[in-house]
Amino acid sequence: MTTGTAGARPSTRRWTTVALLVVPVVFLGVFFVNPVATIVATGLRPEGSFDPAAIGRVLRDPVVARVAWFTLWQATLSTLLTLAIGLPGAYALSRLRFRGSALLRASVTVPFVLPTVVVAAAFLALLGPESPINTALGGLFGTGAPTIDLRRTVTAILIAHVFFNYAVVVRTVGGLWSLLDPRLEDAARVLGASRWSAFREVSLPLLRPAIASAAAIVFLFTFTSFGVVLILGGPGRATIEVEIHRATTQLLDLPLASVLALLQLIAVVAALVVYGRLQRRVTTQPLVATTAASHPPQTTGERTFLAANLLVVALLLAAPLVVLVERSLAIPDGYGFTHYRALFAATRDTVLAVAPWQAIRNSIGFAIAATIVAVIVGGLAATAAVTGRGRTAGVVDRALMVPLGTSAVTIGFGFLLALGRPPVDLRGSPWLVPIAQALIATPFVVRTLLPVLRSIDERLREAAAVLGATPRRIWQEVDLPIVGRALLVAAGFSFAIAVGEFGATVFVARAQFPTMPVAIFRLLGRPGIANFGQAMAMSTILMFVTASAILLIDRLRVGQVGRF
Amino acid sequence: MLQIDHLTVRYGDHTAVDDVHLRAEDGEVLCILGPSGCGKSTLLRAVAGLVHPTAGEIHLDGRALDGLRPDQRRVGLMFQDHALFPHRTVADNVGFGPRMQGLSRSDIAARVEESLALVDLAGTDVRDVTSLSGGEQQRVALARAIAAQPGLLMLDEPLGSLDRALRDRLLTDLPPLLRSLGTTVVYVTHDQDEALALADRIAVMQAGQIAQVGEPDELWQAPRTEFVARFLGLDPILDATVHDGVATTAVGRLPLPDQPDGPTRIALLLHALRLVDDLQPVRPDEVAISGRVIARRFAGDHLRVAVRTDRDVELAVPVWRGRGPVAGDEVTVALATAAVHPLQDTTPQ
Repeated sequence: MTTGTAGARPSTRRWTTVALLVVPVVFLGVFFVNPVATIVATGLRPEGSFDPAAIGRVLRDPVVARVAWFTLWQATLSTLLTLAIGLPGAYALSRLRFRGSALLRASVTVPFVLPTVVVAAAFLALLGPESPINTALGGLFGTGAPTIDLRRTVTAILIAHVFFNYAVVVRTVGGLWSLLDPRLEDAARVLGASRWSAFREVSLPLLRPAIASAAAIVFLFTFTSFGVVLILGGPGRATIEVEIHRATTQLLDLPLASVLALLQLIAVVAALVVYGRLQRRVTTQPLVATTAASHPPQTTGERTFLAANLLVVALLLAAPLVVLVERSLAIPDGYGFTHYRALFAATRDTVLAVAPWQAIRNSIGFAIAATIVAVIVGGLAATAAVTGRGRTAGVVDRALMVPLGTSAVTIGFGFLLALGRPPVDLRGSPWLVPIAQALIATPFVVRTLLPVLRSIDERLREAAAVLGATPRRIWQEVDLPIVGRALLVAAGFSFAIAVGEFGATVFVARAQFPTMPVAIFRLLGRPGIANFGQAMAMSTILMFVTASAILLIDRLRVGQVGRF
Repeated sequence: MLQIDHLTVRYGDHTAVDDVHLRAEDGEVLCILGPSGCGKSTLLRAVAGLVHPTAGEIHLDGRALDGLRPDQRRVGLMFQDHALFPHRTVADNVGFGPRMQGLSRSDIAARVEESLALVDLAGTDVRDVTSLSGGEQQRVALARAIAAQPGLLMLDEPLGSLDRALRDRLLTDLPPLLRSLGTTVVYVTHDQDEALALADRIAVMQAGQIAQVGEPDELWQAPRTEFVARFLGLDPILDATVHDGVATTAVGRLPLPDQPDGPTRIALLLHALRLVDDLQPVRPDEVAISGRVIARRFAGDHLRVAVRTDRDVELAVPVWRGRGPVAGDEVTVALATAAVHPLQDTTPQ
């Protein structure tokens, strides 16, 4: 455990920690604990007073049961599918060396950070009747060719979930796989194990914690999936998240929404506890490869395996994004920038109530505000976690992770319930959007900064202290230069998260201040080629904004910064 | 018997193993000695089937290994840094090979017990391999390789990661153990002491090729190339011209009765050099070389004195007794003429 104030008296240090924690504690108290507590209170009293029978009635509601069941099975199936496709990918990308493998490893992360609305829009384009897949089929089989239309199906949801979470498996499992000494499997082979039993007997048990932890994350993400299901799923295919949104905005049934949100919170906390345990096991694994863990594919089998995985990456990860761009440029008689020009026209859009370019301006403005808030709150909290001693540090670390697991919809819904009344009445305030986004981005800031702050050798601080630096100068001369890059990474992350945030924003964004994801959602909800085209164009812009932020981060990445 | 013919392993442009021929007789301990990166580990991995040779053939007891998977070869390999399975106990590590061979539970247990007893680790079965000391891990790795009862046992720098004291003890323990197995052993190392202590024969490897194969004293007496001589610790290497069984060199005239006339190169053995003093004058089987001390280094049980001769050759002379000369002193060095080794291949390297 490192401490941030070499040579300072214990009491001084304690007060430093307390002072650093003031802002994060107030921020989380007002904007996280308060909304969540309101949800719990409302959820436990669906009809105004605490009444177990009333909760029971809501829980026995066939709609709730159906929604809970759908949420559970689609999450389970999505997780299994992601593992089935992601594990071979993890091997191919971590153990086989080929031209461009490093670049490919970096780029499979891009889908994970893309806004859900962009991904949903991309799959609407890829799986709809206008898709190039259908054009190709028509070209092959003539007009009699079947038209594939997977919009509003479970299949579409599952494919989009695999698209999102492929990177989770590749990074989590592949990360450990690349540390696994390849000679362990070699040893098993020489001792008479076939390829498969060497994997099963040696690598699989060693990878199991990483696989389980990846599965837990994927399950959590797909269990709380909102944007993808809302846009791709259609009626009858609602997760708890989508149903909370529907109950709030369409049915105006806040008690139902509260019970659902409570249900969601319980499930998420349970998943987080499981994840926390698995994480501990990953970190205690004593593995470091002493030789290069990757090798060029040698046999025909290995080359085929690699080709198959590259094909999966191309079809699953690249195709939707390519089709998204293609659709944004498609106009009735060919290709052009009509949809993009429409976005920047001064006219007020009938669907959005404002000119579309204003959504772009709003998004960027909100995201910058959210980034500043998240970096300040997260930065202070991370510094406090490092300065504080054992217990404090652990508590701060864990407390800040809770919003990470809480779904965006829960946060948005909680804002709606709690912040529209005294003592904190922000109803109608445009500030709600960046605050919600900052809340979601803060845990990522902490996750990025903590390992770097902890990695600073305490002896550097001690050396500075012995050479006459005050605690403040130590921070300035030692910590800041080292943390500087990590701060930029954290800011980039926050910006990417905020600019694409949908689940919470859709609850709190005012009609006259839509963000890009909200605008895309509204445009997709209306019929008409022009609306669809503009949704594609805005999704493309959002994709490029997010991807540039992420690629910038990747350049700056230091050590393990930015791992899940 | 292991027979390797024309073996070549290429990685892209880099040739790790270059047209190697090598034989190891039944029950023989063959050491492959060479600096790191000379291709000796790749050679082992090719025999084990872990890398695919570009060309060549490998036969074990008359059976061609080419095309066989590693698990079909029944070849034992003890890895550098051991590669023990960290998630398994000692017994599960040692019993892995027998289990892969489909032996019954009781047979596996018997093999584990037998192998652990052989490496003097009986009773450690249930321990976690990560809780063992470096020396214990090394012995577990050996037990694991032995328990599979391979037709050929290969060891890749087995003592490389151990501290000096432990290494010295194992160098005494290992030869009788390896011989008691009766298995052909191929032992890879970069350490000449290990090779000289263990080997029936040594193959010196250089840049993917076998520079020389022979029994330890044969190599020592007649190193074929300058590389082999230097690797065995022979220094300096001098130019010489032989005429009628006498070589003219920078350190004087030395008898080389069996050497044909013409230019050659010779290697001097460190222990063949000593300082001449009043108690031990130059003997008839020695030649005297005069020079000046330029440096001295304390080496524990002796002092090593660097002497530059009048003809500018640098000699490292051990001093076993007394305080020894200091820098600047004029000294006379005696060279035992029996310790002069002509190189067979005189190309400077």
